[in-house]
This record gives sequence, C-alpha cells and structure tokens, in this order.
Amino acid sequence: MVDLSVNLAGVTLKNPIIPASGTFGYGREFAELYDLNILGSFSWKGTTAAPRSGNPQPRIAETPGGMLNAVGLQNPGIDTVIAEEVPSIAKIFHGPVIANIGGFTLEEYAENCRKLEDVEQAAILEVNISCPNVHAGGKNFGCDPKAAAEVTRAVRAVTKKPVFMKLTPNVTDIAEIARACEAEGADGLCLINTLLGMRIGLNTRRPILANCTGGLSGPAVFPVAVRMVWDVYEAVKIPIIGCGGVDSAETAAEMMLAGAAAVEVGAANLKNPCACKTIIETLPAVCERLGVTKISELTGGAHHG
Amino acid sequence: MKQSNFTVARTHQLTRDVWELVLAGDTSAITAPGQFVNIALPGRFLRRPISVCDWTAGELTLLVKKAGEGTRELVRMAPGTELDVLSGLGNGFNPAKAAGKNAVLVGGGIGIAPLVGLARQMLEAGQSPIIVLGYRSAEESFCQALFAAWNMDLRIATEDGSLGAKGFVTDLLRTFSEDIYVLACGPTPMLRSICSLPNVTGGQFSFEARMACGFGACVGCSIPTANGPRRVCKDGPIFQKEEIVW
Repeated sequence: MVDLSVNLAGVTLKNPIIPASGTFGYGREFAELYDLNILGSFSWKGTTAAPRSGNPQPRIAETPGGMLNAVGLQNPGIDTVIAEEVPSIAKIFHGPVIANIGGFTLEEYAENCRKLEDVEQAAILEVNISCPNVHAGGKNFGCDPKAAAEVTRAVRAVTKKPVFMKLTPNVTDIAEIARACEAEGADGLCLINTLLGMRIGLNTRRPILANCTGGLSGPAVFPVAVRMVWDVYEAVKIPIIGCGGVDSAETAAEMMLAGAAAVEVGAANLKNPCACKTIIETLPAVCERLGVTKISELTGGAHHG
Repeated sequence: MKQSNFTVARTHQLTRDVWELVLAGDTSAITAPGQFVNIALPGRFLRRPISVCDWTAGELTLLVKKAGEGTRELVRMAPGTELDVLSGLGNGFNPAKAAGKNAVLVGGGIGIAPLVGLARQMLEAGQSPIIVLGYRSAEESFCQALFAAWNMDLRIATEDGSLGAKGFVTDLLRTFSEDIYVLACGPTPMLRSICSLPNVTGGQFSFEARMACGFGACVGCSIPTANGPRRVCKDGPIFQKEEIVW
C-alpha cells in the first residue's frame, strides 16, 4: 500500500495530482465523467475582480506536442465565483480547492484574496503573476523580482491562507523571482505557467491567434518545466507545485524528483478528460517500481546522491 | 459526453475534398442533430471536432472535408482502425422550435453535414422543411441525392451556376414570399448574410471555432453573445438568432 498523500504548506492532499487552472473550469464538465473526489485538489479558472470576456477568436492553435492558447483570463469575476461557483463546486468536490487569482494591480490582487478569506473550501490561494495573454500596460508582475515581491507582500498582508505564487517561465532567471516571493512570505510556488509562443497560417500568412501570441502548453514544455522546478528547488525552501506538460504517472513522478511536492496537470485534461483519473490510478504502481512507500519521498529525489 | 472507442467501418469519397466516414461504436451519448464528436488522432495533440451527419444505435456517419493535415489523415483511415472519440458534444438543433413555422434547412459546403440527421428527425416528426443547399460548383456537390430520395423540397445554389441557381443560398432565401424560420450550418459569412435577410424572422445557427477540449473546460472557443460570452463547444454550437452578436 503506497501512501500518496502530500502536504502543501500545512494543507494535506490525498494525492499530489491537481488539475491546473484554466484547463478544468470549475470542475463541472469533468464531474460528468468521473468522481472529482479522487483528486488531490483542483485549481479553479483564474479569477479577476471584474468579469472578463477574454480575447477575440481564434484563441487556440495546435503545435507539435502541444497547443497555444490566448484565452485572456475569461472569467465571471470574483463575486460571481464566490456566489455561484463555490456552492456548485461544494456539491461535486469535497476536498481542498486551490483558488487561482489574477489581477492587474496590487490592490486587485489583495482585494480578491481578502474576499476569499471566508471561503472555507479555498484552502490555498494561487496567485497568478504570469498570464502571458493579457496586456496590463506592458506590465507583467511575474517578470520582475521587485514586482513579484510587491504582489506577494500585498496578498500576504490580507490573508492567513497559504499563498502560492504562480510563476512565468518567460524570464531569464526564474530562481531569482522565486527567492523574491519567498522573502516576502510566500508559502509556496507553482511553476510553470505557459511559454510565450506563436503560429502563423501558411495560407493566410497571418498569425493564427487573434492575439498573435499565446501560451504554449502540453508535453512540448515538460522538459522546460522540469528544469525550472529543479532550479527553483535549489533556490528556495518553500514547497513547489510542478506544472507543465505532465500527462502520465511517470511524468508526474519525474516532476516530483525534480523538486515538486505536488503536480498540476494542465493541457492533458483537454486532450483526455480522464487524464487525472488515469494518472492517479497509475501512481501506486509507479511508486512501487521506484521503491517508495510514501510518494512524498520522491520530492527533490534527483538532487540527492 | 462519453469517451469511447469507435472503429472505422467504411469510408467513401464524395467529392475531391469531402469524404463520408462511417464509424461503428456506442452512439448513446448523441441526443440531437447538430452535435459533434471530438476525435483523437495519433501523433496530434488536439482532437478534431467533426459534426455528426447522422447516426443509428451502432453507427455514426461523419462528412469530413480535408482542410489540414489532421483531417487529411482522418479521411485516409483504413476500415478497422480504432479511434478514441468523445461523443455527444454540444447542444444540437432543436427541431421542435421550428414546429408550425415555415422551416428551411440551409447548408453551405461541408456545413450541409448535420442537416442530414436534422432532416431525418424532422421527417420522422411529421415536419416537412424545405432544404436549401449551397456549393461552389456541381463538381463539389454532395448529399443532394439523399435529400431528393426523401422527396424533400430541395433547392440548390452554386456560385458558378453549374448546378441549380447561380449565386448563394441567400439569393434563394430572398425569393421566399413568406417569413421563414431557418436552421443553418455553414461558413460564418453565410450565416451572417442569412441572419440579415428581412424574411428570416428566427432560427438556429451552427457556429464553428478553433477548439481545444470540445467539452467546455478551456473556454478557448468562447464568442460574445447577447447573454455574455458563450462556449461554441458546450453552450453551442447551435445559437438562436436572438442571442447572436455579429
């Protein structure tokens, strides 16, 4: 019997598998196919203060080994999420939920987090400072250690819940950003968000996405994510949720060996809606193969010896 | 929605670019004409969303137009090939809403596909809609024999005049003297033109969009509507005339 449970800054998950924000909505569509209560947690769709309709069409393009998206943080806004989505989540999932929060100003991030303080099921706040598809005056909080630190400080001040900062890979030194977040009291980190990419239609000679660029996800980004989780694990002591291209129990285990305490599964859910279920069912056998009785023993395993 | 394996039963080339694929499998998740399936292809990350042409308890008919590499591979699938399919996706047409109205089914090019199952259901329900089909040319036409065999009132327009009337489906619709209720599928400019005709008082319009999941999770295919953003894959692909924002 393998112990699949993991601990994220005091929050116990029954297993390390978490559907990633933006690939799982608020869970409803997947609940048609399987009981969501098998999941460790899930990270809900990135939520901002005001409702957002997102970017114009087209927003999706295929790539070798993955896809680009330029959805642009479409969401109904924090008040509607708390009033309507939270009660509906409670009916289909009884475990801890990761509340993914977006924002355009420090005040917005703080206000969104403050509003979630009384939402009991929102066990972890995942603060997205890395969406590549919105343009807030050219400012991308996750690209600058000072700005990342400021957001961390702003949300830290208003919440007692564990704060995980979601980092972008579109930087030269992700470890520097990670250290800046840790220094301001982040309880953990989630990485990576999508890599900025682009496709051009040969027939139209124009970018396929109306937004021109989009975020690359899928198996194509897996080795990039593993490398960045590795780098950040060396740089900080707080737990890391590894995210990027995981589509099997084997790749989840590899992400944990790089340093992840838990693993988010993103684009794989879109291709195969039962991806997380399959991964969770396969994890015990992979752990046995690796000779561990507690999956948490895998975390950072590649750094030792 | 259901995820299951289908087997390619047979394929048949209808025109230079359009193929009929018949897949055998469990079609129980399909509840309305105008729904679609999302098919995984080996070596491709995203599934290919294809609208259901018609279905029986054990078989699914698709019309596939070769558009890119994925659909090119799909039409070449040999009988016996197993495909991982998400079925029963989208809302589908609601033919009951057309009851008592002058219903006209309008299809342009490959958009004709879902009208087959829709027409069959309406005939079975005692409705007798007029069928209006648009093609580029006679050479690119398909399915018209099927509607003719059902003794339906069939009108055809081709851009070059090589079959039926010369022009677009809208040129035919304009000649109807009474108000009509349209159930349409085809290119977006065609849908938009139909919507702007003064004698089209209502209808249901099938939209397409680049999709990732096809079942509502990623909101990649959302479009603005009168009721706010709506997902083409889950809230659509069929939208009522009143809710469409052009």
